[in-house]
Amino acid sequence: MCVVCGCGTGHSHEQHPNNESTTDSDVRVDATGDLHYGAGEARVSVPGLSQARTIRIEQDVLGENDRHAARNRENFIAHGVLALNLVSSPGSGKTTLLCATLLALRERRAGLPIAVIEGDQQTRNDAERIRATGVPAIQINTGKGCHLDARMITEAYARLPLHDALHAAGHEHHHPKAPLLSNHHHHAAHDHHAQGAGEPAGILFIENVGNLVCPALWDLGEAGKVAILSVTEGEDKPLKYPDMFAAAKLMILNKIDLLPHLDFDVQRCLDYAHQVNPQLQIIQLSARDGTGLDAWLDWLLAGAPESDRKAARIAALEAELAALKAPAKEA
Amino acid sequence: MHELSLAGGILSAVEAAAAADPFVRVSRLRLEAGKLAGVEVHALRFALEALAPGTLLAGAQIDIEEPHGQAWCLDCAATVPLVERGAPCPTCGGFWLQPTGGTELRILDLQVEDH
Repeated sequence: MCVVCGCGTGHSHEQHPNNESTTDSDVRVDATGDLHYGAGEARVSVPGLSQARTIRIEQDVLGENDRHAARNRENFIAHGVLALNLVSSPGSGKTTLLCATLLALRERRAGLPIAVIEGDQQTRNDAERIRATGVPAIQINTGKGCHLDARMITEAYARLPLHDALHAAGHEHHHPKAPLLSNHHHHAAHDHHAQGAGEPAGILFIENVGNLVCPALWDLGEAGKVAILSVTEGEDKPLKYPDMFAAAKLMILNKIDLLPHLDFDVQRCLDYAHQVNPQLQIIQLSARDGTGLDAWLDWLLAGAPESDRKAARIAALEAELAALKAPAKEA
Repeated sequence: MHELSLAGGILSAVEAAAAADPFVRVSRLRLEAGKLAGVEVHALRFALEALAPGTLLAGAQIDIEEPHGQAWCLDCAATVPLVERGAPCPTCGGFWLQPTGGTELRILDLQVEDH
């Protein structure tokens, strides 16, 4: 017997015509006059005998990625690694900036372990440009993919010599409570750093696929996203791609050496950027002539500190409030 | 473009649900994609429909709820509606806004058939 409608034949309920008459919410009458209970929506069916039922999931679509990202973040923090996710449009000068940064960092902190993960759809060109500076790099080709995801970073990081370099540099750390990467075994006892305060023990630059849309949604476990915008792109890009600039911690306005040749309105660009993200920090830079590179390096070596724009704003508002209250007291 | 990856993630979640609690087909998939979630709903629907044939989602009705954006305005010290990122506070015209709602991107529930 069919458990859905109680009839004796082994018919399929997909065959029921759609133009049946309905007597009430629980029963459906088909063309032959047979009654069909519970053939429709789960909410009107008898529990356990239903054809359709509802499964509540309540799950973040990006939940799986976010779990990998959380493990990456835990790992980076435990080792004192400052991981930064560099995002921009193609052609913003990301790789050139990165090469200039690596060379400058080498000069300022010769012993600081650094590594790079390069994301592109195709070719090893960028990783080779990085390796030419003497910094270890690994290329991730995403194929048709438009972004890096956290699992790719887990895999790539495990293949980079950064972790061994940290230990060779005398870095000591504690084991985090939760097990991290499956291929990550510490046999020696060591003390882990807390991130955020002070100079990092090492820096991992992740150069995402050139794309200002998709990488905004994928957390890789980084300490922050750095959005790179060049002055040849147009000052309204923060408004055109607000999700990315909203997700970023720092914006680098690159190629400022070209400003004399362009109509780019810097102040308008900064205003637009703060419109979508009032907390966004901004460094104006030229990777070619080195302007602003020191400020960028200071920020890196300070461990990518949070912006104090909000604190400053709160202080200003409190001062304003105090000023408003003062005459009220006198009255 | 990333909507295709998201659709793949949704399909994986559906398959995981079927592994835990077997069913043969999804008749309705209900999603929530907030206005500030960074997702183009038309592209997500297209991606799901492109992926569906031959999977548990084949023929499923796809309902996508789009909760409106909300933000906390630091200047007004109040929750205000936010139509899109980069839009001003509708009360004071300022931009000191911290989105607090409409950023969700979730699978709500599945209506499934067992045979």
